[in-house]
Amino acid sequence: MRQYLVRRVLWFFPVLFGVSLIVFFFIHLIPGDPVMVMLGESARPAQVQALRHSLHLDQPLYLQLLLFFSDLLRGKMASIFFQKPVLDVMAPRLIATFELALFAMAIAILIALPIGILSAFKKNSWIDFASRVFSLLGVSIPNFWLGPLLIILFSIILGWLPVSGRGGLSHLILPALTLGMGMAGLLSRISRASMLEVLSAPYLRSGRARGLSEARIILVHALRNALIPILTVIGLQFGALLSGAFITETIFAWPGIGRLLINAIFTRDFPLVQACVLMIAASYLTVNLLVDLCYAGVDARVRLWREK
Amino acid sequence: MSRKLISIFIVVVIAVFAVSGIFAAKLAPFPVNEQNLCLGLAGPSASHPFGQDKLGRDLLSRMIFAARISLIVGVTVVLISATLGFLIGAAAGAAGGAADQAIMRLIDLLMAFPGILLAIALVAVLGPGLWNVIFALSVLGWVGYARLVRAQVLVEREKAYFESARALGAGWARLIFKHLAPNVAGPLLVQASFGIAGAILAEASLSFLGLGTQKIPSFGSLLSHGINFLRTAPHLTIFPGLAVFLLVISFNLLGDFLGDYLQVEEKGKV
Repeated sequence: MRQYLVRRVLWFFPVLFGVSLIVFFFIHLIPGDPVMVMLGESARPAQVQALRHSLHLDQPLYLQLLLFFSDLLRGKMASIFFQKPVLDVMAPRLIATFELALFAMAIAILIALPIGILSAFKKNSWIDFASRVFSLLGVSIPNFWLGPLLIILFSIILGWLPVSGRGGLSHLILPALTLGMGMAGLLSRISRASMLEVLSAPYLRSGRARGLSEARIILVHALRNALIPILTVIGLQFGALLSGAFITETIFAWPGIGRLLINAIFTRDFPLVQACVLMIAASYLTVNLLVDLCYAGVDARVRLWREK
Repeated sequence: MSRKLISIFIVVVIAVFAVSGIFAAKLAPFPVNEQNLCLGLAGPSASHPFGQDKLGRDLLSRMIFAARISLIVGVTVVLISATLGFLIGAAAGAAGGAADQAIMRLIDLLMAFPGILLAIALVAVLGPGLWNVIFALSVLGWVGYARLVRAQVLVEREKAYFESARALGAGWARLIFKHLAPNVAGPLLVQASFGIAGAILAEASLSFLGLGTQKIPSFGSLLSHGINFLRTAPHLTIFPGLAVFLLVISFNLLGDFLGDYLQVEEKGKV
């Protein structure tokens, strides 16, 4: 077990290094002179020279790579558009994205778990059919369609919720619902399957034979065991929510890191693009690592399988 | 709902989009960029069943051309990714040892990177455009196929027919293309179906963000235009979104169907 945990943590660093390496080379993929692309044709030679120097593009490639990592680790990477360190620009946006992703996850769990569990209990009934349709719709409906549909219904027709921006709870509901719907579809499918598997397990039959109450069998024995795969999917999906929030953030003008990335692309602020991509990827990797470690800690079967 | 009804739905939706995409120039009732400023944002009518955009362009005609972009991207990305994935996965499984381990670590690294994020970053540096989008989506697209094929090679290489073919002196190329390919075709087809849905969705996402095709309309760019007129012209959002949704759900259902069918076949064989 310990060996697995150590291996899993150690593997995180080369992956993060590999991701950083990919991000480093982005700027070299820009067709033509990246500095001219960022500043435009009307830039003065002094400006061009200054930016080339600050991005270390006047150095040999190996030195550029070392300086990139040095700037990254010392927090010296600066945004061209905001004229300040990328960490200062990204920190508040990252908090906003976490807030949105957490709320989206909460909504997804609140919708999907009861639907999935109820569907397993009422297998082959109309409830089960409706739950499966919900699951299919949830995973297939694109965010960039669901978001505007929710705006039309709840903001324009009913006038209940604000269209965009970040403020109180009312501002969070529509973007979180948009972002969480895909996860809700997937979760309801997983919870149904997991609950069905547990319900046919022999230990439930023996529980009944020992005279345990139905409520105790379901709540204590069935639900607890069914929750293990569900929790894993929740954890892994949280990483996906963090890295996939840019469409929702764009639709609802949510000031998160995804929207910052898209704006940085259009202002040709490539150091900020690199930093955002790296930050989102690093958050995704960290969340996945934590989930994997927790999962290995919780489920003895995974522990044994990994150790083999 | 019976499986027959669902399969009819899948066939009809995919056929309608495929025919629209292939014969877009003939089927579109109006030229794709023909403007009629007097009728800007007009709702659905007899001559323009899906309404008109801000410049008075016919939305149905633009959606017919958008179907072409979606299908080109979906099919091309999957063809490139599946071919690359097959070759790399088969090579890794066949070679074994250090080469296999190196390829698997590269695959692990790429799988750790959120796919759409890398595609956005690549299109950001390469610039928008159809081929850049296809390239950006294919860069990570092959990874899942390679993993699938490698796993299949590891299973197949232990089987008696594979051993006998090797004993008879068949080279790796013959073993892979003649013996392995037919056995991997089924799972690859299932993954390809989900892959087309994923690529269509990813292309529409990129276009929605302004990073997709520029000259020819795509469902994402149509939606991105429509979102500015949710109050006055909701049809500009509802119809293109519905089209992407139908396409994606059809390919997802097709993948489910193929998966179930292959499982039944496999059980039948056993």
